[in-house]
Amino acid sequence: MSRKNKITASLGQLLIPLVALTILIVFNLIRDPNFFSIGMRINNAGNAVLTGNLISVIDSASELAIIAMGMTLVTAATGGQDISVGAVAAISGAIFVKVLQGMGAITGSTVFVALIACILGTILFKLFNGTLVAVFHIQPMIATLILYSCGRSIAYWINGDATPQLDSPIINSIGKTIPGIPIPTPIFAVILVGLFLFLIFKFTSLRLYTQSVGINEGAARLNGINPTFIKLLTFALLGVCVAVAAVIGVSRLGQLNHKTLLADIEMDAILAVAIGGNSLGGGNYKLSGSILGAYIIQMLTTTLYAMNVAPVNVKAYKAIVIIIIVVAGSPVVKEAITKMIRNMKTGAAKKGVA
Amino acid sequence: MEDGIVLTMRGISKSFPGVRALNEVDFTLRKGEIHALMGENGAGKSTLIKVLTGVYPMDEGEICLDGHDGAVSIHSPQDAQNLGISTVYQEITLCPNLTVAENMFIGRTADKLVHWKDYERRAAEILDNLGIPARPNQELSRCSLAVQQMVAIARAVDMNCKVLILDEPTSSLDDKEVAMLFGLMRDLKSRGVGIVFVTHFLEQVYEVSDRITVLRNGELVGEFKVEDLPQVQLVAQMMGKSLDDLAELEHIGHKTGAGGECVYGAQQLSSSECRPFDFQIHKGEVNGFTGLLGSGRSESVRAIFGADHVTGGKVQVDGKDVHITKPHDAMMNGIGYLPEDRKRDGIIADLSVRDNIILALQVIQGMNHPISKAKAEAFADEYIEALQIKTASKDTPIKSLSGGNQQKVILARWLLTHPQYLILDEPTRGIDVGTKLEIQKLVLKLAEEGMSITFISSEIEEMLRTCSRLIVMRDRKIVGELTGEDLTEAQVMKTIAGGTEV
Repeated sequence: MSRKNKITASLGQLLIPLVALTILIVFNLIRDPNFFSIGMRINNAGNAVLTGNLISVIDSASELAIIAMGMTLVTAATGGQDISVGAVAAISGAIFVKVLQGMGAITGSTVFVALIACILGTILFKLFNGTLVAVFHIQPMIATLILYSCGRSIAYWINGDATPQLDSPIINSIGKTIPGIPIPTPIFAVILVGLFLFLIFKFTSLRLYTQSVGINEGAARLNGINPTFIKLLTFALLGVCVAVAAVIGVSRLGQLNHKTLLADIEMDAILAVAIGGNSLGGGNYKLSGSILGAYIIQMLTTTLYAMNVAPVNVKAYKAIVIIIIVVAGSPVVKEAITKMIRNMKTGAAKKGVA
Repeated sequence: MEDGIVLTMRGISKSFPGVRALNEVDFTLRKGEIHALMGENGAGKSTLIKVLTGVYPMDEGEICLDGHDGAVSIHSPQDAQNLGISTVYQEITLCPNLTVAENMFIGRTADKLVHWKDYERRAAEILDNLGIPARPNQELSRCSLAVQQMVAIARAVDMNCKVLILDEPTSSLDDKEVAMLFGLMRDLKSRGVGIVFVTHFLEQVYEVSDRITVLRNGELVGEFKVEDLPQVQLVAQMMGKSLDDLAELEHIGHKTGAGGECVYGAQQLSSSECRPFDFQIHKGEVNGFTGLLGSGRSESVRAIFGADHVTGGKVQVDGKDVHITKPHDAMMNGIGYLPEDRKRDGIIADLSVRDNIILALQVIQGMNHPISKAKAEAFADEYIEALQIKTASKDTPIKSLSGGNQQKVILARWLLTHPQYLILDEPTRGIDVGTKLEIQKLVLKLAEEGMSITFISSEIEEMLRTCSRLIVMRDRKIVGELTGEDLTEAQVMKTIAGGTEV
């Protein structure tokens, strides 16, 4: 295979999301040439930070991008989605706050301990989902419906009906910016989680195993892979992603509201996976596609708000654009386009002969 | 139409892309007759039945039914049903959560309002009439498989069927249930129903059938009265050899025997799918499990590899006791297994040829020791070259390769692990003749290099050419073991048919 072919092959899956993103960017530039201009301003804490729509899009999409990565893995291995990520994020946030407040002062080390506790706790909840899916072969949607329904109640039991405030420069550094660094911290969190997963795939054969289990579980088993273990592992990794996203979400607001923390993020995360060109039926996947999907969703929201679309209507417009993207990426349309291109080529060839 | 004949099919042909599944096949069914339709896998039995029941349109030929002038046209299962042709499939196609009566009448209640009480009464009459031990208001899932099968038949019979097709009805029944089903079949026969009986159990054919039609490779071999066709002859007809022609076949290559030390041995090994059996294989030996489809040959090797749930037995590898309960255990003990159903169990369809090749070796090395991209590329290159795998590139998804090349990739996957014992279940099925020969030659070469191989094939010549020992199975039991002089087709067929117990 030539180098050029290789590039187009690896681009194949990302083509539609990249085109969608480009159209969004061009649309915004036409509407407002200054849409993507980046400025510098001094924030309340007296730090110089970058501002502008672009920074805002990338910053606000962080939680979604992180959860979408985990969702991609679960989708790949199980051919199903975890719809409890938002509700479990509320639990993660509650654990983080509870542990942090239990230790008294908010210092670097207590935040670290609370983060670890939050990650471990979240993994346990995700393993509950994973066990239902991998051991008892319950459809992922149904298995995760349980925590989807009761997750926010569990978060309520952990912290009561209060919305605990976390007022501390450290929390600000996590949710907003670190003094001296003008780029919002959540963006670094996306990079860190991405790097974490990248390293796992680099130093283990998890990617091959996950894809094998997702494509043909029976054949994977006959090749010595333990599909149950692989599925549980992907749920555990999703747990890490959810925990990190929850801590960012809590820190961003400086408070925990178990009712609204990362509300409705599950649907956006599934959407990000789909927009990224990944099959929701499992198998081959690209994390980069899902991350791209997350940014597209956020860009869309920001664009609509910038156009002064009323918040009640935003979801409707979002839906229309997403239908277009998803249909454009569907096998039916892809095949039709390939056929059209082939016909045009043969047509041109015939003309050339004539 | 001739008197007493209920169905004739004349010159039926049907092609699928690349395959001629049926070539001018004739079939005649008389009133009150149980007619067995026999043939090996891929002989065209199911295609013929699917043509008759309107699942597939036929390319050529005509179907005539008693009571209809000229040829009838059957374009859908509904048409077939209206003409009085009913089919009961191997898998029960009723609704287990409904009652017996509901299952018998669902979809054919003419009134707008359904009076289930009436239907239950009618169902009770029919069940009673046919002697089926089920109550109309019983939930179907609470009946035994045989009774469920019989309810399906009762439903068909009540729809005025003149032709009843039973497609492998006995494969999931035990002996007592089979006897019950046969009772019902004889009863229907005495009422004038023509029954087409498809099965791979030879004994059962001789127990209930009046006539046998044999198909082979989509062609009609002939129609026989049961008393004119002894069991050995039937096997010969199915395989396409007349016994007179069976001169001793010369073995190509030279076969190495049971000289070396025992590589793998099992005593009373059993799994959820097979009865306990003893087995051992020596270094450099090629042996085979043979028997008709459903005889248990695949189930036995699956037990060796731990592919099914292993329920008992002692296993030794290289003389040491080991536990093999899952495929991973077998692989760690140097055993490889190429499964019978390449599409379902072998290939990971969307993965590249390269990933498919390295999969088993990667699993043996462990998850924390990934094979580097460069090494994977080198392995893929090596085996694509060695086995002459035709693929656009190493990155091509395996699903876009031809069947033979897919099989070579799976073979490469196992060869890369350098197993000391390799199980090949139907490695030559559905692939072209050239590749078949290549694989047979490769098997002999590997054995010469010291690998122990179990080779299973539906084509008996292939096994005679490659194996130095054949284990013969029938009805999930080992019924014989052939070596040396006994390795002839005639002897294999006799043993399969139960002519001689060795």
